Parts: sequence; C-alpha cells; structure tokens
Amino acid sequence: METNEAQAVFESKLANNEYIEPKDWMPEDYRKHLIRQISQHAHSEVVGMLPEGNWISRAPSLRAKLVLLAKVQDEGGHGLYLYTAAETLGTSRDEMLDALLTGKAKYSSIFNYPTLTWADIGAIGWLVDGAAIMNQVMLQRTSYGPYSRAMIRICKEESFHQRQGYEIMTRMAFGSPEQKDMAQDALNRWWYPSLMMFGPPDTESPNSEKAIKWRIKRETNDQLRQRFVNQTVVQATYLGLKVPDDKLKWNPEKDGYDYSDPDWNEFKNVIKGHGICNRERINARQKAHDNGAWVRAAANAYSQKQNQQSEAA
Amino acid sequence: MANALFNYILRLADSTIILAQRDAEWTGHGPYLEEDLALTNIALDLFGRGKALLEYAAKLEAKGRTEDDLAFFRSERQYFNAIITELPKGDYAFTMLRHAIVDTFDLLLYSALMSSTDETLKGIASKTCKEIQYHQRHSFAWIKRFGLGTEESARRVSDALEQLWPFTDDLFDQAPAEVDLINAGIIPDRSSLKPAWQNHILNLFNEVHLKPNTEAFMQSGSIKGIHTEHLGHLLAEMQALPRMYPNATW
Amino acid sequence: MTKDTQGPLWEVFVQKKSGQPFVHCGNLHAFDAEMALQNARDLYTRRGEGMSLWVVPSAAITASSPEDRGAFFEPSNDKIFRHPTFYQIPDGIGHM
Repeated sequence: METNEAQAVFESKLANNEYIEPKDWMPEDYRKHLIRQISQHAHSEVVGMLPEGNWISRAPSLRAKLVLLAKVQDEGGHGLYLYTAAETLGTSRDEMLDALLTGKAKYSSIFNYPTLTWADIGAIGWLVDGAAIMNQVMLQRTSYGPYSRAMIRICKEESFHQRQGYEIMTRMAFGSPEQKDMAQDALNRWWYPSLMMFGPPDTESPNSEKAIKWRIKRETNDQLRQRFVNQTVVQATYLGLKVPDDKLKWNPEKDGYDYSDPDWNEFKNVIKGHGICNRERINARQKAHDNGAWVRAAANAYSQKQNQQSEAA
Repeated sequence: MANALFNYILRLADSTIILAQRDAEWTGHGPYLEEDLALTNIALDLFGRGKALLEYAAKLEAKGRTEDDLAFFRSERQYFNAIITELPKGDYAFTMLRHAIVDTFDLLLYSALMSSTDETLKGIASKTCKEIQYHQRHSFAWIKRFGLGTEESARRVSDALEQLWPFTDDLFDQAPAEVDLINAGIIPDRSSLKPAWQNHILNLFNEVHLKPNTEAFMQSGSIKGIHTEHLGHLLAEMQALPRMYPNATW
Repeated sequence: MTKDTQGPLWEVFVQKKSGQPFVHCGNLHAFDAEMALQNARDLYTRRGEGMSLWVVPSAAITASSPEDRGAFFEPSNDKIFRHPTFYQIPDGIGHM
C-alpha cells in the first residue's frame, strides 16, 4: 500500500472509533508517542510497587498485609500487561528496562514521594489510585488495540485498589487521635502530588493535542484534574479531613470546585530527579535487576540445555 | 490437651507467617517481573493459611485474643516457628531451596493432617495441600534450573544447601505434650514423615547433583521457642505499629 | 557471558470453564514452558478467571496481515446462505 493510502485508512479508523492493531500501518510519531506513553505507564506501575512495598513488612494486621501484598502484586501485573502491550510496537522489555534504569525513560513523579506512615498507604490507594483510575478509565477507549485491552484488564483489577485505600483512611480518620492526625497529615502531603499526576496544565502540555487527535488520550489533563477534585472533596469531607487548599470553593457556574494549582516548579524538579526518593527508587530497581541477572542467566542456560536434549533425543 | 492443641496450632501458624514475611521481602525486588508476582502469590497463600490457623488458635484459647493479637503481641520466646523459616532471605537460590525443603515437609505434614480427627484442622489442611503442591512444583522447578543452569547458579544453590541443611532436623522435633494429640489421631507423628521427606528431597538433590553434608551438626530448639538472633529483628519490624499504638484498630 | 534477557515472549490462552473455548488473554516472558505455564497461572488466573491454560511461544504464531483483509475475509460476507436466517420455514412445524 502507498503511504498516502495507508494514512487514509489509519485516519478513517480513528474517525470511526476503530482500533489500530500491531500489524496495521501507523504514522511513525504515533508509534513513538505510544511507546513513550505505554512504557512510562508500565514503569510507573513497577516503580509504584516500591513506596507501598515499603510497608508490607509492617502492615499492622494480617488482613492489611494480605490486602497490601495483593495490591502491590497487581501493580506488578499491570506493569507487565503494559510492557507486553508496548512490545507489540517493536520495542523489547530489555530496551524499556534499560531506558528506565539509565534515566532516559520517566515514570510518574508521585512515586518519588516517601511513604512515612501507615496512613500514606491509605492515601495512595484513595488519592493516587483514584487519580490513576480517572486516566485509565479514559484509556480503555484509546485507539491502540493492545493498549486498550491492557487497560480494560487493569481497570477491572484496579477497582478494589481505591476502595482498600479509602477503607484504611476511614479507619484512621475515625480511629484514635493519633490515627486521625496521621490521616490528615497524609492528605496534606499527597493532595498536590496527586493533582500533579494529571500532568501539566493544558496550556503547557506539548503532547496533549496530538494525543487527543490520535485518540490515544480522550480528555485533557485539566478536564481530568477537575473531575478528580470534584469527586475527592466529598470523600474528604466524609472523613472529616480538610483538603489543604484555602482557595477551595464550590463554583456553581462551572458546576465544580475552584482549586489552587499545585506547585509546578516542584513538579518539574521531581521529574528532573530532585524528589526525595528519586535516587532510592531507581537504585532499588537497579539492585533487583542486578541481583536477578544470574537467576535469569541460569534459567536461560537451563532452557537451552533442555532444548538441546530434546533435539538430540 | 486443649492447651497442647493450642500450642501445636501456634507452631504451624508461626512457621507459616514467618516464612511468608521472608518471602514478601522479595515483592517489588524479584529477579524479574513474572517471578516477582509468582513468589508474591506464594506469600499470599502463606499469610492466608497463617491467618486461618491463628484464628483457630484464638478460638481454642478463648481468652478474647484475636489472630492479630497472637501475631503482633508475642515476642521471640513465644514464637514457635521452625528456625529455618526465620533465616534472612539470602539470594534467590537460598529462598527457593528453603522453599523446596519446607514445601516438601509441609506437603507431607498437611497431607497427614487431612485425616485429622479435628474437623477445623482437617478443613484447613485440605485447602492448604493444594496450595503447597503448587509451591513445591514452583520451588522444585527452580532448584532444577539452578542446579543444572550455570556454574554460578550451581555454586549458589550448593552454598545455600550448606547453610540450610543443619536446620532441617528442627522441622521434625516434637514437643512431649504432642504425644497425646498423636494418640488422639489429631496430628501425625512427625518422625513418621521423615523417611518420605528424605526420599523426596534427596531425589531432587540427586537429580541436580546437590549433596547435603550429612556430617553437619544439626540445630534445634524451635519447639522451646529458641531461635537465631534474626527472629527478633523480623518481629520488631513486623510488630512495630500495633505495639506503638496498642489501642488503635487498623 | 551471554546478553542479559527476560526470556522469550509467550501467548497465553485461558479456558474459563470446561467445555468453553480457550481465549487469548495476554502475554508474558518465560524461559521455559513449565515456567510459562506457572507464570500464566500466577498472572492471568489470580481471580479465578480460568480452569485450564495454554501457553504458546509467540514466535510460533503465524498471523494474517492487514493487507490480507480483503482477500481473506471479504469473500465470506456475501455467502448469506451459510446463515440459518437465509431460509424460510413454514409456520406450524415447531422448532427447527
């Protein structure tokens, strides 16, 4: 097929809400944009295992331990679904891991914040997963088939994550005075980083326009952020916790809350690598990767020996 | 005898929870993503079993303590886990070899418990056996990959065996009070499990050219609450929150 | 030393209930078939999604290509006589 003709087929698929599949022709920058976005998303899931993993050994009840382990495991699974979705675009997991470990690839800046108390585990489920779900629900209808299918699976599994987080917040907010303090402190620290998760304001988001045109994204950063604020304020009020924003106010005209922007300077700094845990997170991934090298080599050698044996037989 | 059964259930639960705690240290740090998830699944099975056992222990004790009280408010000397379960996680060869040893033991023990005259224990055992079969399949497959993989992996798994072997006898120790339970058909005689255990595990070792040091001095003590120094640190971390805020509910 | 690797890619098929078809559900990396099977179990049936699994090396899959779409699939579009609704059946003869 001529490129022009192929381009027309591609665009008519987008226009008709059809999916693009791995072997279909696609513009090179569509492919690049997707690889970047999906692998970033995958890295975020995998790095995201670390701040929560920080509390697995200290989860305060057996039930809490089971729930947290299952949740962190899900994050790993989601990373895996996404890596394999990205692989259909012609990259390999090795390449993607290399990009993560050498700092070429980014992951969500939220995971560079520390989990200091047990309430942080609640706040992550409630706010961070809450924000992630908004994005992910939208991405179920993204134009690239494998990405969309991965997101459908992920959304199905994620549905318990936000609930378990809110359950922890409920127990903390209605618990002892110390627990309530921890809950408020967690909200104070995680509120703005959660707002940052939707990315820079639309006016400064260089890739947004294209992503919407390609139906990779279907709503803008600011639209999603607004919806998140509207939804979350009610939940904070129920808990008797105060959202750390003095300008927060219901605006009947836009049928939503007015709220303060997060500190975008901080956002840029954390993305550049200056968050309190950036180095820690990458080091942890690097260490796991290095310590696993001989394990992978052994499994590889064993499978090759098995193959040789079965060929010889 | 009720007290003996309570202690016995604690013993089962403690080994399970301590091993789970060690396994879960790998979550997020596994050798590659698929294996990270696989071992986490195993840790989940173990914590689930430990919880069920402690719930039963709490019920037997009938003093108003919950499974969490039993897990988070007992100290080293009141824990009866097999010593092998508390050893630091080591490298992946150590973690998998420990599993192969414990899985093989557990499969025999819980299979025998499936014919317990105690209905609750029997119920837990029948659910558990299916899980352990899978754990064993997983750990055995890894021991084969390590034993027959690369020079490095063979050396690592052999080093692990040297460290682990002296703690294997401790699995078979029996408290004097357990005799009544054996006679009542509630639990099996542990010594009766040993030939089958040796048979399975030595067959595996044979297949991958691993040789345990049969001259090694064998450690024991877990039935008296004697441990290595590692357990105290594990518990300090695991129990920190409930002990710091004893009046909180989580 | 050979290049570090995450192992080859596999395709995973799950059968939800006995008697139902095996449906493709995703991919994973594994170094050997036993590992692929175990990983598939841990990854794709954590929530009771299946009773039975197939794993196939991705390299063993041959797929039709988008260019084949016309030649492969359009010819079947006009064979409406393959569908039961093509035929008229008199009333009063019961279910057929």
